[in-house]
Amino acid sequence: MREEGSDNLCAKALSCVRGDKLLFRDLNFTLEPGQAGLVTGPNGVGKSSLLRLIAGLLEPFSGTIHVPTSVAICDDRMALDENLPLQDALRFWASLDDRPEGDCTDAMAKADMGHLAEVPIRYFSTGQRQRARLARTFLTAADLWLLDEPANGLDTASVELLGQSLQAHLKYGGIILAASHITLPISFDLQLELTALEEMETPQ
Amino acid sequence: MIGALKTMIWRDVRQSYASGGTWLPVIFYLSAATLFPFAVGPDRDLLLQTGGGILWIAALLATLLPLDRLVQPDLDSGFHDQLLVRGIADELIAFARLISHWLAFGPPLLFAALLASGLMGLEGPPLVTLLASLAIATPALAGLAVMIAALTAGLKGAGALGGLLLVPLAIPLLIFGAGSLADQSGSALLFLSAVSLLLVAITPFAAGAALKAMRE
Repeated sequence: MREEGSDNLCAKALSCVRGDKLLFRDLNFTLEPGQAGLVTGPNGVGKSSLLRLIAGLLEPFSGTIHVPTSVAICDDRMALDENLPLQDALRFWASLDDRPEGDCTDAMAKADMGHLAEVPIRYFSTGQRQRARLARTFLTAADLWLLDEPANGLDTASVELLGQSLQAHLKYGGIILAASHITLPISFDLQLELTALEEMETPQ
Repeated sequence: MIGALKTMIWRDVRQSYASGGTWLPVIFYLSAATLFPFAVGPDRDLLLQTGGGILWIAALLATLLPLDRLVQPDLDSGFHDQLLVRGIADELIAFARLISHWLAFGPPLLFAALLASGLMGLEGPPLVTLLASLAIATPALAGLAVMIAALTAGLKGAGALGGLLLVPLAIPLLIFGAGSLADQSGSALLFLSAVSLLLVAITPFAAGAALKAMRE
């Protein structure tokens, strides 16, 4: 069960099934405002599914999850119109979220995309596409940010810049839950290590 | 809610007209109408008798053309997920799609029908009836397209399957729509309106349910 409207992010006895496979079970954790959590584990263990489950895009198999009302998720998909210049594509989400236009400029600046504002998204490189996704996430006023491999394809300077934005979000009482193989330059209050369940179930 | 709806519809409509996808059904429609007189010969009486029906069938076939770009691209690019995360329901997304697709499909098709009816020699009251019946039916055709696109999203051969699904669902529209051309009393148009209203009313729920089921 997923309930919105709490201040913190709180999972109790959370289990997730995809297809016929039990990905994780009995997951318990709490993140208070201003705290960040890191999900680690091998590929296919259910990190993305955990983030999608918290975002409400998947139903938990069992357990409860309390989330803040506004959630933003940043995964490997653009959700920006490829043919539009970056600022126009971002403007769609800004107007959907009732944000002033100036916020688009701020979000692009935070992702160091200001100079690419008028370039159509289809011309972006891998790293630039990732920064566009991050700009889209920075644009939301969501309390909880769910970041799936946010540093993928980013150069060192961009990772530093991402760290600054994450730090600022935490400072204003936001919550972050990230899954990343690349070390992010912020300190995490919680580390969630997901392990493949078959290994857990083998007799000692 | 209304603001979000407007924003979504505006984006879809702008994209349809900018990508040129809107004009594809129109060009198809006009080609079908151009071919017909060549095929049956320039017999004026025959064209007058059958032209309206042919224009109706062409409208049904034109409905199939935009199927693959109604739902699938937004699912693939993560647009749909981002809307859901903002608390916008599948049904509302489908409703916005219905309206935006009609805006990009209905008026251009009516314009094409006006041009094509000239090729069939239709004029006067029959022309008015044809345009009225198409105007009533285009929202339903847009609804069918959105429903079928949502149902077949993610499937292999979605295009061919879409064609198979459209044929039986569109038969009531075709019967009353093409029937209205020969009907003087106007009751066929009323039946057509009823069928059209029904299809439009169930579209958000049927398409929304299909989108929900896909996420399971």
